[in-house]
Amino acid sequence: MNEKETKIWNAIKDIPDPEIPVITIEELGVLRKVEEKPSGEIIIYITPTYSGCPAMKRFEDDITQTLKEKGLDENVHIETVYDPAWTTDWITDEAKKKLEKYGIAPPAQKSYDKAAILGKEPTVRCPRCKSTNTELISQFGSTACKALYKCNDCLEPFEYFKCL
Amino acid sequence: MTTQEALFKYTLRIGDNDLILGHRLAEWCSYGPTLEEDLALTNIALDLTGEAQALLQYAAEVEGKGRSADDLAYKRPERQFYNSIITELPKGDFGYSIVRQFLFDAYELPFFQMLTKSKDETLSAIAHKAVKEVKYHLRHSANWVIRLGDGTEESHNRVQKSLNDLWEYTGELFEMDEVDETVLKEGIGVDLTLVKAEWDETVNKVLAEATLTRPEDGWMQTGAKREGIHSEYLGYILTDMQYLPRAYPDAQW
Ligand SMILES: [Zn+2]
Repeated sequence: MNEKETKIWNAIKDIPDPEIPVITIEELGVLRKVEEKPSGEIIIYITPTYSGCPAMKRFEDDITQTLKEKGLDENVHIETVYDPAWTTDWITDEAKKKLEKYGIAPPAQKSYDKAAILGKEPTVRCPRCKSTNTELISQFGSTACKALYKCNDCLEPFEYFKCL
Repeated sequence: MTTQEALFKYTLRIGDNDLILGHRLAEWCSYGPTLEEDLALTNIALDLTGEAQALLQYAAEVEGKGRSADDLAYKRPERQFYNSIITELPKGDFGYSIVRQFLFDAYELPFFQMLTKSKDETLSAIAHKAVKEVKYHLRHSANWVIRLGDGTEESHNRVQKSLNDLWEYTGELFEMDEVDETVLKEGIGVDLTLVKAEWDETVNKVLAEATLTRPEDGWMQTGAKREGIHSEYLGYILTDMQYLPRAYPDAQW
């Protein structure tokens, strides 16, 4: 990245995810690239976690707002890209620890493989008591990217960030 | 038919399936049999609507007449929608919605998997994204078909009846016409006979586990995907879905 691109990147990288405010758009992997075009125009590329992710508009608004506050919003545009498709493999290890501490079990394996359609569920660790004696309640939680689990030891329900 | 015309209609067909089925599923919001199921169905609806958004946006670009994804979703009349009839049928009871979803998911997963190999970079990118989501959809609907089919006598009979009633709408998903032939020749589209083979395998496997009987193939209802000739139900969906943009054409969020 050139100096201008780095400056923009650094200005927005710490914007929190609107639904999971302990992790940033950089750690989540939603912020993909900042690129200066030969015309001088700056394009910020973001990618959705899920196609229907309702937070995308919020990401855009937050980025625009942050740049405005820092006086960096001139000739900057945001574009959504689908390729390469977002994967939970991009969530940094640091961010996975933060997720667990926040009460959301981080993705337990590499992204989902084809054979797993009717296969076994992954082993998910309870973010509260760390027990692996947990069970799936529903494949879909409060958002499409999370599943609902319950812990059979501490008996608390929790959310699990699904592998994608 | 030029490649561009074929690609436009092809992209609309995929996008319209997702848009209309997403709308149907969203009707379960606050009516799900359990809270978890309510969340699941509406989350799947959201995935489908998101996929539709990307596809309709691309269709609008391909068309090149200055229309947006919203224009295509909210300002097209019924005869210009090319979704398959199965996606527009009323939601029925939970078992009916689940069987319809399963029959569709079992089609959509191999379809998108094959579309990832498309020479069209945008369709390939959208397909890569969608495959990840549709795997979860199929897992969800297949599990429910097994649970209901191999459940009580009542649940078994009801999903068997839903399956029998829906069967005549499955043929349209695999029908190929000039649009398909054109994009297939260009390496952009998918050979639906290959999708059908995978669909058969998934359907047979899940129905067997669910102790359900696969209906005999007979007369198949078609015409919507090819020519926009729909069941009576699409008009009602559009009345609902398009009301606001038609009443207030310049409304902004
Ligand atoms: Zn626990």
